[in-house]
Amino acid sequence: MMLIPCPHCGPRAQSEFIYERTVDSVVPLDAPTDEAMTKLFTRNNPRGVDDEIWRHTYGCRAWMVVTRHRVTNEISECRAIGPEALP
Amino acid sequence: MINFSFDGKVYTAQEGDTLAAALLRNGIGLVGRSFKYHRPRGIMTAGVEEPNALVTVGEGGRTEPNTRATDVFVYEGLVAKSQNRWPNLSFDIGSVFGFAAPALSAGFYYKTFFGSAKKWMFYEYFIRKAAGLGNAPTSSDPDRFSQRAAFCDILVVGAGPAGMQAALEAAESGKRVILVEQDNILGPSLIRDGQEQDADWINAAAARIRAANGLILTRTTASGYWEHDLVTLTQRLSEPGQIPQNNVAQRLWHVRAGQVILATGSIERPMAFAHNDRPGVMLSQAVRSYVRRFGVVPGKRVVIATNNDDAYKTAQALKEAGAQIVAVLDARPAPAGANSGHRVYNNATPLSTKGARHCLKNVSALVDGATLEWDADLLAVSGGFTPVVHLHMQAGGTLDWNADAQAFVPAASRQNVTTIGGAAEPQPIFKMASVAKPKKSFIDFQNDVTLSDVDLAWAEGYRSVEHLKRYTTLGMATDQGKLSNMAALGRLAEKQGVAIPEAGLTTFRPPYTPVTMGLLAGAGAKDAGAHVRRLALYDLHAAKNPIWQPLGYWFRPRAYPISGESLAQAALREAKAVRNNVGMTDVSTLAKFEVSGPDAAAFLEIICATTVSKLAAGRGRYTFMLREDGFVFDDGTVWRLDENRYLLTSSTGGADRMATHISYVRQYLCPHLRVSAVNVQEHYAGIAIAGPKAKAVLTTLIGEEPPRHMSTVPAVIAGVPVIILAASYSGERAFEIYITASVAATVWAACEAEVLHIGGALYGLEAMEFLRIEKGHLVVGGEVDGRMTPHDLALDKMLNKAGGYIGASGLARPALAETGRRQLVGLEALEGDIPEGSMLVSNEGASPQGHVSAAAFRIIEGGSVALGQLVDGFSRHGEILIASSPTRGQKARVRVVAPHFYDHAGERYRD
Repeated sequence: MMLIPCPHCGPRAQSEFIYERTVDSVVPLDAPTDEAMTKLFTRNNPRGVDDEIWRHTYGCRAWMVVTRHRVTNEISECRAIGPEALP
Repeated sequence: MINFSFDGKVYTAQEGDTLAAALLRNGIGLVGRSFKYHRPRGIMTAGVEEPNALVTVGEGGRTEPNTRATDVFVYEGLVAKSQNRWPNLSFDIGSVFGFAAPALSAGFYYKTFFGSAKKWMFYEYFIRKAAGLGNAPTSSDPDRFSQRAAFCDILVVGAGPAGMQAALEAAESGKRVILVEQDNILGPSLIRDGQEQDADWINAAAARIRAANGLILTRTTASGYWEHDLVTLTQRLSEPGQIPQNNVAQRLWHVRAGQVILATGSIERPMAFAHNDRPGVMLSQAVRSYVRRFGVVPGKRVVIATNNDDAYKTAQALKEAGAQIVAVLDARPAPAGANSGHRVYNNATPLSTKGARHCLKNVSALVDGATLEWDADLLAVSGGFTPVVHLHMQAGGTLDWNADAQAFVPAASRQNVTTIGGAAEPQPIFKMASVAKPKKSFIDFQNDVTLSDVDLAWAEGYRSVEHLKRYTTLGMATDQGKLSNMAALGRLAEKQGVAIPEAGLTTFRPPYTPVTMGLLAGAGAKDAGAHVRRLALYDLHAAKNPIWQPLGYWFRPRAYPISGESLAQAALREAKAVRNNVGMTDVSTLAKFEVSGPDAAAFLEIICATTVSKLAAGRGRYTFMLREDGFVFDDGTVWRLDENRYLLTSSTGGADRMATHISYVRQYLCPHLRVSAVNVQEHYAGIAIAGPKAKAVLTTLIGEEPPRHMSTVPAVIAGVPVIILAASYSGERAFEIYITASVAATVWAACEAEVLHIGGALYGLEAMEFLRIEKGHLVVGGEVDGRMTPHDLALDKMLNKAGGYIGASGLARPALAETGRRQLVGLEALEGDIPEGSMLVSNEGASPQGHVSAAAFRIIEGGSVALGQLVDGFSRHGEILIASSPTRGQKARVRVVAPHFYDHAGERYRD
């Protein structure tokens, strides 16, 4: 069970989080059909670092982007997203 | 003295005995039968690596099969039974027939499965009877299993001399320390070896660790090493089969450690020679443990076979205990062992043993090329030492090859873990020559795998260690190959003509030792597996003793039977009340979201596939949502309460995923919108009042004309502020009343009084199902099953022409507009009842063209009707099909019609 550094709560056990999807599978609201289908059905699956969207569902309930190495599980970054994180 | 029983006979043990020690103390050599060949087996080790002495301990729900006799401490009244024997341990049919030995060689299962099915049918009966270990208990476990989380700076695994020293230094330097030991005493190896440090040193060190606030857990196994230095500990609070104090049998710890120090020591290796599995052949360090720690001398005339110095300590311990050392067979050339004072034979390796079922009688060995024999009742072997690297490997570590010890030792790790002591620096050994006669030279004792099985697998073309493992089942028993893997690797490397490190290794997976299922479930077992949410009005319903139905996380009344009614009778009465008069029901579980802010309408037009912005304040409409791939996700209603405040409802069963979806869209896709979307599902309780007299009931309750269909007003009922939505699911004039959950009971009581006063009834989910099927309304999870587009459900006219909603681009896929898709239809039975869930076929045996998603009957007129999905169903109205359920033996002829059986014009829910 990983330790995920929630940008709002600090390091918390993985069991408090739900993995949602990878960043590369996000379908932008204005995506044309071809792009939307590519995002949904032909995704990357890198043996290495990837950006993933997690939610601290059983904690602060905020969404975040976790940069994780798929093999070693090393988490190099955990970035807050949402209205509060807008520049 | 402690009394225990083995196979029904009562024996006595000493305080502190393991079951294995107690059995040896009572002269019991034969403890079990082997897995495949039913060979007699005794006690081989003194630790968790024991492959042979597996017994069933305890009775009733506390029964624990496949318990290692070396890993259970005897308590008063312990009941142990041997396993895998019939009719009894001494006389076992499986071994008398001896049928298994030639048939069950390596890859037997693969060869049999590969052959004809008939052959397998023949073998299966015998294999199922003969193979296997203990039987799982059939009654439920009366004890509890708890779970606990903990944090520490340093977790030390293993309380040998290295582990104790490390824990002591860490604790006294101010670190938070947890020290775990799987045995029930600290420093068992110190007691076994009786050197340098002794019991006094252990006690003093333990006291100092505790004084420095260190936590010491004995009888606790670090069973798994997970990500980011999380280690799971399994702590035995009672012995297998024992009635625990405080009801808690075991505890599972999740320890997040800053650093982990592994002082897990090593496991002694057996040697491969013919009949090396006979009771009376034991590991050298195990013999020493029994002598020094338990005061049990397992033999009087002892032969010792070794390739290292350590076994001489065993010889010394045995000699001090009065046993006779007949010979020490040292694989090393002279002068190894020359000054030991024992009769040492150099260049000596064991060849074979002879004996009876229960005991060893004779040992033969090859000494400098000549065969010598000795009469002996105990053969203590030491084939070297395998460091316990399991946790290091589970942590994602790598291994180095230590040629002096012929062993893998821990190297780098990506986690914060260090290995110290014997596990890092195993004792040097002498590399022995290849075994010339591999037959009946067992390497995996628990799964009955011999060297000749490895040779056979090689001969049949299995080259990789992973294939070898699966083909021979080597290392796949409950001991996970703790004794066997190195011997197999050595043999494989020999065959490949490479060094052992090049032959490869199989994966080390948790748990290190077997873990009880109940421990993993913990408090979440049985009814606590899933949480139950209670309706705000639960007590009011319960007082009426309804039939309950699970819906999402809730239980909702399915029907309120009175005076002995069946479910169907009650539901029909309730549905008739709605059609003819008035009924009320609890709809609190519907998903509800309050969406507010200047961009609320824009946000809702992203979530919903229908238009929202055109709604006037105080008005509402039906809506539905799509997934990104264009299929219908959920449906509900959307209401404009104020200028910038909306209420969105959706299905109960999809409430959580809808909440997540809305949150995702708001937080990830639309962080720039000025909107707040709050889940108010359980903030509001909901009551639906439906029927021709619903308007009259509402007028009385709120003291004014209620809102017209698809309008909403705030109102007050019984002094409580409520929101009234005029919406109909039943097809009658109807209202939904939403109330802050904590004060909902008052409103329910007022509504109920009025409804009953004018002759109405309460109705449950079953009646609601009748009503909505007759009306042709959809259910998410029924008609909306994740494979239906808005077109398939005839909802496409409602789609927002401007697009921009989630799923718009997915829905534009050409394939979703092609013919041949299943479409929503109504079905009328020509005779009989339409079976729910049945398939729609043109004639018996034809391919299904659709299915029945929900079946009911006309409430007033009678007759079976249903909703279904049918290929190109829109254009097939009037066709006759068969709704067939072969598994239930039910069928009915049906006519395809429009999915509306009641008030097609929609006049009844308008004023």
